[in-house]
Amino acid sequence: MSERDERTRGEVPHRRGFLAAALSLAGLALSGCDRVSNEPHARSILGAANELTYRVQRFLLGAHRLAPEYSEAEISSEFRANGSTDPQDDEYLDLADKDFANWRLKVDGLVERELSFSLADLRALPSRTQITRHDCVEGWSCIGKWTGVPLAEILSRAGLGPQARYVVFHCADTLNDGSLSDDPESIRYYETIDLADADHPQTILAYDMNGKKLDIAHGAPLRLRLERQLGYKMAKYIMRIEVVRSFAGLHGGKGGYWEDRGYEWYAGI
Amino acid sequence: MPASETTHLTAANPEPDTVTAGSQVKARWFRRHTALVRAAHWVNVVCFTLLLMSGLQIFNAHPALYVGAQSDFAHPAIAISAQRTSGGIKGETAVFGHEFDTTGVLGVSSMDGEPTPRAFPSWSTIPSYQDLATGRRWHFFFAWLLVLNGIVYFIFGFASRHFRRDLLPSYAELRHIGADILDHLRLRFPRGEAAKRYNVLQQLAYLAVVFVLFPLVVLTGLTMSPGIDTTVPQLLSVFGGRQTARLIHFLAASGLVLFVVVHLAMVLVSGVWNNLRSMITGWYDLGTQPR
Repeated sequence: MSERDERTRGEVPHRRGFLAAALSLAGLALSGCDRVSNEPHARSILGAANELTYRVQRFLLGAHRLAPEYSEAEISSEFRANGSTDPQDDEYLDLADKDFANWRLKVDGLVERELSFSLADLRALPSRTQITRHDCVEGWSCIGKWTGVPLAEILSRAGLGPQARYVVFHCADTLNDGSLSDDPESIRYYETIDLADADHPQTILAYDMNGKKLDIAHGAPLRLRLERQLGYKMAKYIMRIEVVRSFAGLHGGKGGYWEDRGYEWYAGI
Repeated sequence: MPASETTHLTAANPEPDTVTAGSQVKARWFRRHTALVRAAHWVNVVCFTLLLMSGLQIFNAHPALYVGAQSDFAHPAIAISAQRTSGGIKGETAVFGHEFDTTGVLGVSSMDGEPTPRAFPSWSTIPSYQDLATGRRWHFFFAWLLVLNGIVYFIFGFASRHFRRDLLPSYAELRHIGADILDHLRLRFPRGEAAKRYNVLQQLAYLAVVFVLFPLVVLTGLTMSPGIDTTVPQLLSVFGGRQTARLIHFLAASGLVLFVVVHLAMVLVSGVWNNLRSMITGWYDLGTQPR
């Protein structure tokens, strides 16, 4: 067709053709996105961006730069609790029944000395208090005041083995919301962090919230505060801390309860 | 044909009948967009579309926006919800205290033929079903691509003087803005020589997108990262806290959607194939027929 012929044709059929083509393409693209979302190889390509984020943030962000701290006046009057808020596991119910008097924090794995702490032991150790912002992966934020033992303090008492790379938090709660009912086995919550985060001054094992004993909804008797990452990394109801070289053999192998369900291991974004 | 002959024919012999096919092409066809601008444009189209739709997926996980550092759950600035009423479920959108019934699109929309509580409808999100984890994967992958593409485009834009030459309106062009608005309203678009340059409304719209909306959406995105906040806490001060940053992120994205709607409408009414061709091959038909 010569240029002249093309020009004499009306613009309107052109436009209509263009719109129809664009709409059917969009429909195809949409169903394509769902298919890509469920294809393991494509998922891992998309996930590579998170690996890049992790490396770039670890490289560019100051290792000891603190997350912003807020004033007493800014403490949220309604600090939302997410995930498990009232664990029904027998072992946990027994401990809670006696106000966690029989609870012990075990520290083991690739450490020089295996340790065990009662709540009173932890309260006797050096502590840090911080008023920080909690960012949930869902998008909301709440400000709270936390007091606890720096994780670095516990780890230096235990002494890290030469192959130590990650810290695992084993929790008391079995989380099961409706979406996970097809799980073949229900598992206890767990989380892992790297040693850079374990060493951060604001990474604490908190036993007090807003000047009071930590309540059950927010993770009693002990929870992690990891101020450079999102809420799901901050394990609640901690029972045991294990130092490992790799978390590939743990549960789903992705380094955390939500990570095993598709969320990113690095949640600094 | 040798270049000198072409010059001779077009410059010294304006008589159309003697103009050869080769020089006709020279007169009509104008190379409007450089290869880099075209490539950057289409990469951006893909990135922005996927970022928008995965962004709506992320928004759906907590469909409320707040002002300040944190979430005052009882007082969102913008919220989309589903309300149970005697007549079934109703979608409600609240914007700064004003409530709108948005059943069918926002709050409640059809999924497999059933009215379902959902902030943004399934056809607007990636994935189409509720899945925050996967939405985040898409979002951060294409966020990286958008930023890398943007960096290349910015370097090129300044180095090649594309921004200064093509996007920065001259004083004379700015004074012409009234006439340009009237022409746009009458859907009259320049042809021939005048079509070689963006008109002032285009220039201002592109400047706003390139230098305001995209930087805003990227910076407020970074502000939401608790990692970034440790080392660049100034972002929190600039944007008025993490939740305000999330609100601005949403509004800037909305502004970009508004731009895209107008942009597509203008592409459609001012010669869709000519516009598309010039953004794909670079060549724009000025329509200066030598007759």
